[in-house]
Amino acid sequence: MFEALLASTVAMATPILLAALGELIVERSGVLNIGIEGAMLVGAFCGLAATWFSGSIVLGLLAACAAAVALNALLALLVVNFAVNQVVAGTAIDILALGLTGVFYRQWFGVTGRAITIAPMRPIALGPLARIPWIGSALFAQSALVYLAFALVPIVALVISRTRYGLELRAAGERPEAADALGLGVYRLRWQALMIAGVLSGLAGAYLTMAYSNTFIEGISAGRGYVALSVVIVGRWNAWGVCAAALLFGAAIALQFGLQAFGTAIPYQFFLALPYALTLVVLAFMGGQADAPSALGEPYLRS
Amino acid sequence: MGATLTGRLAAVARSAAALAIATAIISIVLLALGASPLAVFGDLWRGAFGTWLAATDTLVKSTPLVFTGLAIAIAFQGALWNIGADGQLVMGALAAGAIGPALGGWHHPIAIAAMIAAGAAGGAFWGGLAGWLRARREVNEVISTIMLNFVAAQVLSWAVHGPLMEPSRSFPKSVVIAPAARLAFYLEPSRLNLGMLLALLLALGSQLGLFHSASGFELRALGRNRRASAFFGIPIARLTVGALALSGALAGVGGAVQVSAITHRLYETMSPGWGYEAIAVALVARLNPLAIVPAAILFGALDNGSQAMQRADAVSPVLVNVIQGMVIIILIAFDAAAARGMRAAFFGDADAAATANGEALEARDV
Repeated sequence: MFEALLASTVAMATPILLAALGELIVERSGVLNIGIEGAMLVGAFCGLAATWFSGSIVLGLLAACAAAVALNALLALLVVNFAVNQVVAGTAIDILALGLTGVFYRQWFGVTGRAITIAPMRPIALGPLARIPWIGSALFAQSALVYLAFALVPIVALVISRTRYGLELRAAGERPEAADALGLGVYRLRWQALMIAGVLSGLAGAYLTMAYSNTFIEGISAGRGYVALSVVIVGRWNAWGVCAAALLFGAAIALQFGLQAFGTAIPYQFFLALPYALTLVVLAFMGGQADAPSALGEPYLRS
Repeated sequence: MGATLTGRLAAVARSAAALAIATAIISIVLLALGASPLAVFGDLWRGAFGTWLAATDTLVKSTPLVFTGLAIAIAFQGALWNIGADGQLVMGALAAGAIGPALGGWHHPIAIAAMIAAGAAGGAFWGGLAGWLRARREVNEVISTIMLNFVAAQVLSWAVHGPLMEPSRSFPKSVVIAPAARLAFYLEPSRLNLGMLLALLLALGSQLGLFHSASGFELRALGRNRRASAFFGIPIARLTVGALALSGALAGVGGAVQVSAITHRLYETMSPGWGYEAIAVALVARLNPLAIVPAAILFGALDNGSQAMQRADAVSPVLVNVIQGMVIIILIAFDAAAARGMRAAFFGDADAAATANGEALEARDV
């Protein structure tokens, strides 16, 4: 029971963590990326479709990343170069992605019933680690994307706090005018951040259709992109905090399935609402935007 | 808004141009998919306006979009980025659906008024909560309204599985509302009801409130420049909570009308995304309450026509989402400061005067 719950927590946390790490980088550069839900969705669809047509998981993953990067490029053009309202642009991207994936799914794979399935990514057992009692099979017999997601946490933390690139990124997010005056290139930094986020949210989406399940349904991302937004806030714009928050929300979702199976006095909707409600509570009590990059969400036009 | 006739014409031209470009891109996508754009658009039109009955249903399906579109327009005019009209509509529907079954002995007009008041209160609570978080706790309303959408969806799901569930307890739906609380259909088999009339009245009221009242002026000033508004003594906190509560109330009334006229009870899902679609509606209407009505009918027609299109052309009805997303993107790109020079070449200098509404779309402190 404990082992199953732990495995399920890690599985549920993975797509949220991948997307949230991308969102963290984007937000540190000063962009609020509401389009993350849409990027996950096109990643989920294109990953599955490419795998279906080519029979290759690698090509599927590449397609997922390419599609999400393309969508983020459109967003970057709007929010970086045109300096339009980031919220409205991101929401439009989400609506667009929901429509495009739905239309292409219907067109390529027929109407209903005939669900397409692929051979999903296989779990990789990490030798003796996977045989540790209680936690082995839950933590060390997962798909490659799970290991990648958690391995990225220290890397992202290090890059943001200890490297020159991280410093430039933070400068763009805190004082874009000053960063530009120093010749750091705010447009370039924000574009790069959105491209990195595109790769990560593409993988997050691909995880849903190629590892966690093996098929696509319309709107399969089901708000996970928005959960990733909350994870960045609850994690206080810090990679380790983001990791902890992703695991917490993964556990809430896993618990919901567990409790539904067992039957309990607490309605399962409580657990489904938990990530969102918790975000509100955290924001209300931790002083709103205190830790947020100061230029977050503000359109910046180079003068 | 543009005071001059040319300014208004330029604003209309921009929205029309955005729709035309979206149509052109959609046509290319359809060709790529192997469908005929002419057949698809023809079926969309026939589905929306082909018969008298279809046309009335277009009006019925536009009604929630007028309410949510007004909600978005009011909030966005104050640069308050309410992405939560969906959740506010759901909370309004929930409040109305909860009291509806108990209104059996009431006079019809009073029962209807109670339904609408409940809807307004439910939506205002949800929107006001986001306003309070923004004004008092410095919580970005974008994040809070998105989160509240998901919380509202779960509250509704819990209600129809739990306390409000119908007695046989076989399906997740609530007890049916009392006949006195139902808005009648006119000219049956059409589903025309007084909901659209109420939406029109609220559009008129919003127009007057926004452009011919002191609070409306203050709200628009807040939207243009929050810092300057503070300097001039505009009560920012009160205005923020009030505007988001009003915005929520409008969406909530939309939910109540939907329960009262169409569904007569609550289901697990009460909105197919009207709160998000409303953003496209409001932007096409240039955040102008009176213009919300035709814009909502346009998108309602797309929604309605997409059903016929799905049957005839086997194209997914979510094609409508592609259109919505593209229209928003094209419109904000038009409004982009960086594109000003290019736009002046297309629409002339009169356009610059008409960008007042567009200006409110450039976030100052999201």
